[in-house]
Amino acid sequence: MMSYVIRRILYALPLLLAVNVLTFVLFFVVNSPDDMARMQLGQKRVTEQAIQNWKHQHGYDLPLLWNAEQTGGKQLSETIFYQKSINLFLFDFGLSDSGRNIGSDIRQRMWPSLALALPSLIVGLSVNITLALLVVLFRNTYVELGSSVLLVMLMSVSSLFYIIGGQFLIGKLLKLVPISGYDDGWAAIKFLILPVIISVVAGIGSGVRWYRSLFLEEVERDYVRTARAKGLSETQVLFKHVLKNAMIPILTGVVVVLPLLFMGSLIMESFFSIPGLGSYTIDAINRQDFSIVRAMVFLGSVLYIAGLLLTDISYTLVDPRVRLS
Amino acid sequence: MSSTQSLPKVRTLMLTLSVFIMTACDISQLNNPYPEADHGQSILYSSFAERPKHLDPAVAYSSDEYGFICQIYEPPLQYHYLKRPYQLQPLTAAEMPEVRYLDKQGNALAETASDTEVAFSEYLISIKPGIEFQPHPAFSQSEPGRYLYHALSKEQLAAIDTLADLPVQQSRSLTAEDYVYQIKRLAYAKIQSPIAELMAGYIDGFSEFTRQTAAVDIADLKNQNLRGVEAVNEHAYRIRIKGKYPQFEYWLAMPFFAPMPWEADAFYDQPGLKNKNITLDWFPIGTGPFWLKENNPNRRMVLAKNPHYHADFYPTDGDPGDKEAGLLNDAGKLLPFVDKVVYTLEKETIPYWAKFLQGYYDASGIASDSFDQAVQFSGSGDPLLTPMMRDKQIQLHTSVATSIFYMGFNMLDPVLGGAGEASRKLRQAIAIAVDYEEFIAIFANGRGLAAQGALPPGIFGYRDGAAGINPVVYDWLNGKPQRKAIEKARQLLAEAGYPNGIDPKTGQALLLYFDTTATGSDDKALMNWYRKQFEKLGIQLVIRGTDYNRFQEKMRTGAAQIFVWGWNADYPDPENFFFLLYGPNSKVGQGGENAGNYANPEFDRLFEKMRNMDNGPERQIIIDRMQDILRRDAPWLFGYYPKDFALLHSWYQNLKPARMINNRLKYSRVDTDLREQKRQEWNQAEFWPLLLGFVLLAVAFLPAVKAYRRRQQETQS
Repeated sequence: MMSYVIRRILYALPLLLAVNVLTFVLFFVVNSPDDMARMQLGQKRVTEQAIQNWKHQHGYDLPLLWNAEQTGGKQLSETIFYQKSINLFLFDFGLSDSGRNIGSDIRQRMWPSLALALPSLIVGLSVNITLALLVVLFRNTYVELGSSVLLVMLMSVSSLFYIIGGQFLIGKLLKLVPISGYDDGWAAIKFLILPVIISVVAGIGSGVRWYRSLFLEEVERDYVRTARAKGLSETQVLFKHVLKNAMIPILTGVVVVLPLLFMGSLIMESFFSIPGLGSYTIDAINRQDFSIVRAMVFLGSVLYIAGLLLTDISYTLVDPRVRLS
Repeated sequence: MSSTQSLPKVRTLMLTLSVFIMTACDISQLNNPYPEADHGQSILYSSFAERPKHLDPAVAYSSDEYGFICQIYEPPLQYHYLKRPYQLQPLTAAEMPEVRYLDKQGNALAETASDTEVAFSEYLISIKPGIEFQPHPAFSQSEPGRYLYHALSKEQLAAIDTLADLPVQQSRSLTAEDYVYQIKRLAYAKIQSPIAELMAGYIDGFSEFTRQTAAVDIADLKNQNLRGVEAVNEHAYRIRIKGKYPQFEYWLAMPFFAPMPWEADAFYDQPGLKNKNITLDWFPIGTGPFWLKENNPNRRMVLAKNPHYHADFYPTDGDPGDKEAGLLNDAGKLLPFVDKVVYTLEKETIPYWAKFLQGYYDASGIASDSFDQAVQFSGSGDPLLTPMMRDKQIQLHTSVATSIFYMGFNMLDPVLGGAGEASRKLRQAIAIAVDYEEFIAIFANGRGLAAQGALPPGIFGYRDGAAGINPVVYDWLNGKPQRKAIEKARQLLAEAGYPNGIDPKTGQALLLYFDTTATGSDDKALMNWYRKQFEKLGIQLVIRGTDYNRFQEKMRTGAAQIFVWGWNADYPDPENFFFLLYGPNSKVGQGGENAGNYANPEFDRLFEKMRNMDNGPERQIIIDRMQDILRRDAPWLFGYYPKDFALLHSWYQNLKPARMINNRLKYSRVDTDLREQKRQEWNQAEFWPLLLGFVLLAVAFLPAVKAYRRRQQETQS
């Protein structure tokens, strides 16, 4: 298995390089270094000289991808792409265009992201699986029919509606929790209750339907009939046997997103003023801070690749028949 | 059997629920976003939507940055808090600067010397003795000259996450050298001050200093000599300006000219601190009423009262009406009144507004989403609070900002631009047709005043009433300006060579292009409105939506035809508005702030004369003439002066709106008892809807559960 993991890591390198090139090209198609300088310097009294100074100080006065004025290896290395990208592979994200240390910001901001994403995932998973099993339990009754209609309705509602509606109902009308904000340590809990509830509720429609379809496939299997024939109750059959056998597709969906939990949720963090990495990325895009954008895209790619790798490994844990080679 | 067993369980459940509901009725402020420790403290609660880019006073230049640094840094002058029009007064200066004029040889000239005679103006500024900087590790010394933290070791750096981790925090007295050092920082190229090039045109020796220090390390900056700036003694310094520049005093009230101790750069220049995001750009060192106790721009920023703040008192006089408004209740009292100001990151307006209504923010602006909830207009057009706001005893403060939003024409454009009669009449026709009163009513919720010229109210030279209207666009009727009829615009259009808006070259409707960055779905209504305004004349307006970068490029290259632009005054002087139309400041070619590239030799000549004059009747005459030229040439549709609407809770006192005054937090007072009482009253948690929801859910499931149990029993039997 170790050789498989090493091989996958090596495969990841050209992939990361390609992602980096693509981000670089896409970013600079839209923004020139001059645009970036103007964005950083503000709107008042920005002179051409100030723009040139900013570019020089931030290393944006070099050619983008190829330096024809240099010779040898410097044609490649004396470029914005090389100077800004090579350290990423050493996980040295450098300074943002506004002068802050990106690594330090990421280390600080990944915890609020995780504090929101992890409970949302765990609670959401538990609720969705439980509800899906209940729907299966009540199959062929009005509960299943009503649930299916309700789930489709829940799926059809925009996530923004859940957020604004949730803030209005629970935060503003019922006044049960703060509408937005964040704090350190345990004090963060009261700020996380509402976004977690909203995340869970917003995910019920699609989540329950997905798990329900998984479980419905399972309940028709022979081993389920055998279990029933042994006299087990329907709840025992579902919660002990069906759930266990449906774990592979569940794991596939869950493990792949685990590393990405650090990256945060773009909309949730913004609406609830949670200082995570999701809002960090959005802010950087709005401010045309290329250094942060490339760092976050790189980190996202690394974590996604890690997620896929973890999924493969997890297969071997839940299904002994699977061998990685 | 099973039903009898479950009865005690049900009873216990009901009992628990009853206790829970009864307890819950007493619970208030479950939604309080602040820690329990804040309870009863004199804290002002505010918010910020975007983290400030810079807190270094040499670099910061936007209003959100000034919101913080103007409470921390103190330039030598400030504006009187209550008097309007704005008046400068000493802050750390002992008195207003002594100004003397010199000829080329350095000989003193009389005050009445003409502009051509004056080669230099010298400003001598004396500062009050006994002012101390806030405590900071940059000042900490083990013995005189031996700084504890200017060369931190790796071990020390490893143990630091914030400045508070450095235990010894000392202070020192403010000296004139600190002001001189800051001016050197403005000239130091690596700091990239946005006003460096502007000041290079005024401060003697500034450009030479920039060149001379290009390769100098910042640690050695204090030892470099800047010819036009020197400390005369420990408490006085002199600045030599090229020629005459009376507006320089206004710059002395901006944080660019606040003092900076050299120790700040020596301390923060350590690479280990930069890697931890501990920089001067994030952790200021000032002498002001507050210091930045907590700086987490990702979440919260906290200003705390500076324990070393010098004696500073609330003004004892103000404008007529200030006393009646309670703005002089604290006259003569020691500042500041609040112990802390907590700024919380609030990116979205909906939660921000809800928290304001719950009493968790002390003041608020009004977003367009919530405008109707807060304000309604009386029959005479005056803004009034809605009954809901009045029930909460919220106060509404309005003031016209020293800003202007205008629609500009590119004067280099062959159709709209130039000084010719035809293009001028075309611009004048458009000026009449685009109904900014309607714009203000629809798109600004009434928060604006249709502009009659380039100068907003509150700026010297602005004229109110009939004398101040734009006669090209308005008539004075029934005591107020009345926009001319559209027929007048059509007549002008015909005289311009476009009868009924038809372009004789094509025989089709005249095509004009409006360049804008407003490309979102929310902007469609606005763009349609612009189209309709031009359609009144038969002109077809083509909207060219573009991103901000391309828009800037079009403006730089003169490729735009019509655009909308705005300006917030740096200081309350007509020069700071008219320079936006001064020919040598044109955007194309010069990269200046004259976005429409307007150039009129007479206007330019008058501008050069007016800018160096003191306020008075003679200056007013020139300003009136300049306004007349602009109204006739119509390089701008003057658009509107925005009105600031601020909502304050009943416990917030002493706020007099003024965009120019950025250090106003020291005057603010909060009645904490009243705030606590109101918060409790407004934030009683409601549990019954939740319980009702649970009950309904249980009722809905009950038949299914019964059916399931029946089926199970049947299967088992």
